[in-house]
Amino acid sequence: MMEHTSIIHDYCLIRDHQVIRGDQVLYTGDKSMPPASFFTEIYRHFGMNYPKFYKMDNLCKLGFLAAEILLKDKNLQQSYAPYATGIILYNASSSLDTDRNHQNSITDRTAYYPSPSVFVYTLANIVIGEICIRHKLYGESTFFIEREFDAERLYTYVQQLLDDNLVESCITGWIELDGDRYDGVLYLVEKSPSVTNGIVNFEPGKLTEIYSRRS
Amino acid sequence: MEQLIAKLKNEIIEVLNLSEMAPNDIDENAPLFVEGLGLDSIDALELIVLLEKNYGLKLGTAEEGKKVLRSVRSMAEFITENKKG
Amino acid sequence: MRQAFVISDNIITSLGFTTEENAAALKSGRTGIEMHDDLRLAPSPFWASLVDSRALPDHFLEYEDPEQFTRFEQMVICSVKEALKNTSIPVSSERTLFILSTTKGNVEILDRKSGSRFNEDRLYLWNSALLLQQFFKLYHKPVVVSNACVSGVLAIMIGARYIRSGEYDHVIVTGADLVTEFVISGFNSFLSLCSGPCKPFDKDRQGLSLGEGAGTVVLSSDRKQVGEGEMIIAGPGISSNDANHISGPSRTGEGLYIAIQRTQEIAADDNLLRKAASVDYISAHGTATPYNDEMESIALTRAGLQHIPVNSFKGYWGHTLGAAGVIESIAGIYSMRHNLLFGTLGFHTPGVSHPIHVIREAREIRTDTFLKIASGFGGSNAALLFYK
Repeated sequence: MMEHTSIIHDYCLIRDHQVIRGDQVLYTGDKSMPPASFFTEIYRHFGMNYPKFYKMDNLCKLGFLAAEILLKDKNLQQSYAPYATGIILYNASSSLDTDRNHQNSITDRTAYYPSPSVFVYTLANIVIGEICIRHKLYGESTFFIEREFDAERLYTYVQQLLDDNLVESCITGWIELDGDRYDGVLYLVEKSPSVTNGIVNFEPGKLTEIYSRRS
Repeated sequence: MEQLIAKLKNEIIEVLNLSEMAPNDIDENAPLFVEGLGLDSIDALELIVLLEKNYGLKLGTAEEGKKVLRSVRSMAEFITENKKG
Repeated sequence: MRQAFVISDNIITSLGFTTEENAAALKSGRTGIEMHDDLRLAPSPFWASLVDSRALPDHFLEYEDPEQFTRFEQMVICSVKEALKNTSIPVSSERTLFILSTTKGNVEILDRKSGSRFNEDRLYLWNSALLLQQFFKLYHKPVVVSNACVSGVLAIMIGARYIRSGEYDHVIVTGADLVTEFVISGFNSFLSLCSGPCKPFDKDRQGLSLGEGAGTVVLSSDRKQVGEGEMIIAGPGISSNDANHISGPSRTGEGLYIAIQRTQEIAADDNLLRKAASVDYISAHGTATPYNDEMESIALTRAGLQHIPVNSFKGYWGHTLGAAGVIESIAGIYSMRHNLLFGTLGFHTPGVSHPIHVIREAREIRTDTFLKIASGFGGSNAALLFYK
């Protein structure tokens, strides 16, 4: 009987003004650009067509783009039931970047105009919401806060979800943004491989190896 | 009125982050919600903030909101009718 | 099979600093939602359920200097300390985990004009968690769940999963959130706050009431830790996303329906859990916004649960955000221990399109299982079973 391990089907990194998927650097931007401008460049470069992108805060743009690139040509909807793909994300700053914006809008009582479209993004899990809306995912999802990327903790928890059949696949990783600092690392994990080549086992060592990749 | 409508179109594009649209793309008589621009509930709330912030006008209820925000023209009419001085 | 026994709990809200105090207030139909006039929090008077601001540091003095810890941290620490009083779990053991559930933690530190004496590094939830780890001498860094209003339910669900899988033997779950200018202003911009105590499921409901507080549940795989009375188990549960809109719930209650349905399927599929699948009582999210309550009535009906007694606690404590899932679960656990269901304060006339069975007055009914459900921004939904 063949031994069966869950696998990392693919991954996408958006960091240091580069977009990397699997082994390939797909795009390199001008490092002097602020993150928001770089994200808009990515959106346009890949010919994306999703006007809601422009309403998102920077954290959501990062997560949305990473998911968009990760899932392109994957046909997730064909491979899995709508509730069978989970989304488990982690970061350190929660929604602090947008929290600051919201706070600024209420600091001056003589110009007190809190904005609903800013406030709605003062929750880190909205990233999950945006990804679910775009890719029609109804599965188990949670947003966790950690000081730094913890491959062991992510592996233990996601593998548990797979073992218990609560999910059959999982979009998981680190989506972090605070001002000019950002880091997007997203993995697509599957219980049963849907590919036959280049299988990468889902295990903490591999997660860390990918996470540590910088060009 | 036409100047106000042009101004409103620019403001709407800005506050609603309709980055891929130009003022000419917005038909001032078309519905803003459901059809037309297809704005959603958060957009409606943002327009309510816009009216207060830029024009000093507060909408009382959701019903009033629905009428006033029906189209760019109805917004302009509301502003013209209620602006003081 | 390993199970997650509920061995202790605590609630801190406007209605008291222990579960008993809070339950007594619920029994007497008292609401903690009052009008407050505090310019530091809002430019005009607002209705909310606030923890007594003098009593909190007084309670905290028992443990540490209130000047060194934020209000948020004081609430968490007091709640955990109180909950641990009735247990003998090895808090500092490698086999023990702490899970913190919160939406905004110490966000009030962002308000520089209020003269917060705390450094901005306390804004980071992992940092608050680190402080708690040091305070309680926990072996592992805490797990922090920040997932809108379903955080509390998720935190208990995750704790129970960690115990069933054998990863940990004991899990302390605390949910906490404050009422702040940050949050009041935000919900005001959504025009979703009620002027007056909220009215869940009522035809005249006009929005939610904000509340603050902390709730702690201690879970353990060790039967010997269970005190007197029946054993209560935190059972299976699952979350699901609406995949529809980031702030408004799905009009068909899609995510919540899937969460409820799948939770019951998981229970029904398992010999030990099967009895949990038949639900005696439901603790709804019931925030009293026009859309949430309507959506819940649809989801419950689609799941075939329209005849099961259901209530909302929001009329007593307001919406305590990251604490809600924990505080309200504790109230449900109390209901199971005492076979007493609490009425839905603020509810008078049914105001949702699907006729669900909302309890108006407190009622004594044998309650062996209950289902806690919650929904939140980002299209999040969660369902969790508890049973004897």
